[in-house]
Amino acid sequence: MTERLLVAALLLAAAWPAEAATPSGEALYKTYCWQCHGSRGTGHGINAGEHMSVQPRDHTDAKYMAARSDEELFRAIQEGGPAVNKSVLMPPWGGALSDEEISRLVAYLRDLCRCRHGAAP
Amino acid sequence: MARRHLTGLLAGGALLLAVPAAAAVDGRALLEERCASCHDLTGPAPTTVEGVWSRKGPDLFYAGLKYRRDWLVRWLQRPTRIRPAGVYYGNHLRVDAEGHDRVDEASLVRHLALTREEAEAAADALMRLRAKSELVRPGAYQPGRISLSMGDLMFGKFKGCIACHRIEPGYGGLSGPEVYTAWARLNPDWVISFMRNPQAWDPRSLMPRLPLKERDLQRFVHYFKALYEDLQQRGEEEGDHD
Repeated sequence: MTERLLVAALLLAAAWPAEAATPSGEALYKTYCWQCHGSRGTGHGINAGEHMSVQPRDHTDAKYMAARSDEELFRAIQEGGPAVNKSVLMPPWGGALSDEEISRLVAYLRDLCRCRHGAAP
Repeated sequence: MARRHLTGLLAGGALLLAVPAAAAVDGRALLEERCASCHDLTGPAPTTVEGVWSRKGPDLFYAGLKYRRDWLVRWLQRPTRIRPAGVYYGNHLRVDAEGHDRVDEASLVRHLALTREEAEAAADALMRLRAKSELVRPGAYQPGRISLSMGDLMFGKFKGCIACHRIEPGYGGLSGPEVYTAWARLNPDWVISFMRNPQAWDPRSLMPRLPLKERDLQRFVHYFKALYEDLQQRGEEEGDHD
């Protein structure tokens, strides 16, 4: 019995590194967000254009971003724009990203805007 | 010496006789030799973002469920660009003078073209690649219609899909595949399954999973059909550029 448990523990340990590590916020932003918000985070991604009734948010806009709480940003990413009274053009990413990944994205948004919620820029 | 010549002649004759059979293209070998360096023929799909960044062509290990064979045969002979910014758009960006991202056309690679015989053989081999078939229900798509104007509203205003996809040549987002050829290109039953849960097919898909009702899923495919019919009526057929 003990041996079996040991073998199971060893197998689990061997399998652990094969699990993909959570990507950094920056890597996630590059993968999922650049397409609309742009490689500089200023809202000028390749998808921005006249077919969009609302242009993508400029994440380097410290004044705007400081007025949004981390919870609101998390919700916008997880549930999409309409969940926070914003555009449907921002889709819900909750089916593609884990809570941990969305939290990392929120932290990266704070790096991009160099701002915190409520703090005057 | 004479016997050796005779053997050589006989072997040569056998070779000549063998030529017609050998000329038939081996589709599977063709895929391995000419497609596998850019396309994953075996799976599984990448689970890391690095895997997404390094992907050069769409995964093909479920090609037999995803594509229509007749489209494959046509397209492989005259390939056009379906994803305006490549498979991972982040590898094909340049920043213009105003600081706006643009598609770096020079970085995009043209897809190779096959002869008719090669295209037929490749399509046959691709149709045999059916990983994840449990995700597709044959007959899931029920034929129906939607007006273009209603479809445009759904795809744009209501669901926001136009942010990433073009609905006609030159109009729509650039990071996703064009949808105005989707009807000709894709198996409608697969489209229903993929839209319902893109991550079940590709865990790191750049396509978000929208909460779509069964009726919405059907309507999207009706819309793709209407878009393609409209494209044909305007004589633009498939793809505006390559």
